[in-house]
Amino acid sequence: MSTVGTRADEQSLPPLQPPGDSTGLFGVFRRRYLLKLLVQKELRVRYQASFLGLLWSYIKPLIRFLTYLIVIGYVIGLKDLEGYPYHIFSGMIIVTAFSETLRAGTRSVTKNKSLVRKMNVPREMFPMASVLVTAYHVVPQFVVLLIAVWLAGWHPDGPALVAGVLSVAILVTFSLAVALAFSAFNVYYRDSENFTETIAHLVTWSTPMIYTFEMIADRTNGNWIEQVYLLNPVAIAVMLSQRCFWVPTLEDPATGVQPDNLQLRGVLMLVACLAFVWLAQRIFSRLESGFAEHL
Amino acid sequence: MADAIVCESVSKRFTLRESRTLKRRLVARAHGREANRSFLALDTVTFTVEQGESIGLMGLNGSGKSTLLKLISGVMRPDSGDVLTRGAIAGLIEVTAGFHPQLSGRENIYLNAAILGMSETEINRKFDEIVDFSGIEKFLDAPVGNYSSGMYARLGFSVAVSAESDIFIIDEVLAVGDPPFKKKCIRRIKEIRDQGRTIVFVSHNTTQVQRICNRALVLEQGVLTFDGTVKDAIHKLRYDDEDDVDAEGGEL
Ligand SMILES: Nc1ncnc2c1ncn2[C@@H]1O[C@H](COP(=O)(O)OP(=O)(O)OP(=O)(O)O)[C@@H](O)[C@H]1O
Ligand SMILES: [Mg+2]
Repeated sequence: MSTVGTRADEQSLPPLQPPGDSTGLFGVFRRRYLLKLLVQKELRVRYQASFLGLLWSYIKPLIRFLTYLIVIGYVIGLKDLEGYPYHIFSGMIIVTAFSETLRAGTRSVTKNKSLVRKMNVPREMFPMASVLVTAYHVVPQFVVLLIAVWLAGWHPDGPALVAGVLSVAILVTFSLAVALAFSAFNVYYRDSENFTETIAHLVTWSTPMIYTFEMIADRTNGNWIEQVYLLNPVAIAVMLSQRCFWVPTLEDPATGVQPDNLQLRGVLMLVACLAFVWLAQRIFSRLESGFAEHL
Repeated sequence: MADAIVCESVSKRFTLRESRTLKRRLVARAHGREANRSFLALDTVTFTVEQGESIGLMGLNGSGKSTLLKLISGVMRPDSGDVLTRGAIAGLIEVTAGFHPQLSGRENIYLNAAILGMSETEINRKFDEIVDFSGIEKFLDAPVGNYSSGMYARLGFSVAVSAESDIFIIDEVLAVGDPPFKKKCIRRIKEIRDQGRTIVFVSHNTTQVQRICNRALVLEQGVLTFDGTVKDAIHKLRYDDEDDVDAEGGEL
């Protein structure tokens, strides 16, 4: 074959490059159809031999909500707080969504062993799919919450809507970052599952869901403990969600105690969470090269 | 012709037994031992495959064939050296890879085809053809976990051959198929070869390699020791030596 021929041949051909798909999160968005199938698969497998099926995603939060409502409201006595069911519910949605993504996301790569060993999948698919599965469960809960606050005379102002959007954005980005990083760690060290339980527990108690931010503020007077408390992205997302759903149900919205400049904190937190996603993606793609041999 | 696969002093090292726990690591350190022992599964392997060639990859169990295929398909990365490929890769590296036991055969076909990069319309178009080739229509809606290993192989192979790839790799999946299906597969692989696509075929079955491949590579304990005609490769491996089936002790 002549040199000219070879050159002409090579030009019409795809380039010679390292095999495998290392396009990361962007690759995931380019392969939406596969992502959709993975999410469907996940939902299918989770509820396959289950009698109540998807109803569980309503039953579990409902039971949890009622427990909080009764124990926190009547036993501990938070019921004097105006609109306290909305205070609990709007926080609980965020915390549950985060914990669920954390648990499912951490296992997402190890559980899909046989798919991970197959070629040409950007492996970010798997943690991404767990974020979407959570969304599938959480969106109906938001609908329920919306109906509830509507009945309670919810009149959101502009800042409330901004807070709502920020809350969801922080929740999604932070969950994604955590799912990415932990799913990769979990391939190497199966401790991650114990770790996630611990974090889920900590998050439940370090966000103003079953108590109020007012109680924190009263006891800390803005000292460093409060500042640390406010560094928790889930806590910020919870308070933004409460700003959106709980505060507008109050007779006098000014009585709902929240941190100063909550929306500004939200914006900064969102920027930080985007940086976390970037960092988590870096960690993931670094660790990813060893997935096939460690699974 | 253009290169389809280029391997340039490719090495892959595996840890034999990993001591990942804190306790074991501390104990190992206290005894002055290294915590993780490792060995070279592939040792500076260098070769080039031209487009349209069909390569037989041969060697005894544990010689590194599957590892090399995993590097070529991009599932694993080499520790040192470069693996370069041109165009899309499809095929089967493990019989059960890509299947989800709790999903039905139908769902698994969609999932696997999507993993191989097919779009929804493409899969819909090829679905009947895939099912037809696999010959498992009756069990299409049963969970794949209940399939026999031959049925796994049938399903996997049928999906893999339906993808339009430039490089096609097969790792011993034909071993579990029954003779009629094997025959069908060989015919299909030959078609793929005749379309000018590149094939890397791993098999211990010398007849199959002879019928499909025009060149053979032999791996011995991770080292590429032979690159030439299939006939000479078989001779080198002594696979043609009937009395000496137990040839491991020999020159190998
Ligand atoms: N993930 C892994 N971790 C540790 N060692 C591994 C791993 N994968 C393969 N090995 C080792 O690498 C060596 C080569 O394995 P490989 O699967 O490539 O052999 P093979 O040539 O395909 O053998 P066979 O003919 O049995 O299929 C073996 O000793 C195997 O134990
Ligand atoms: Mg093998």
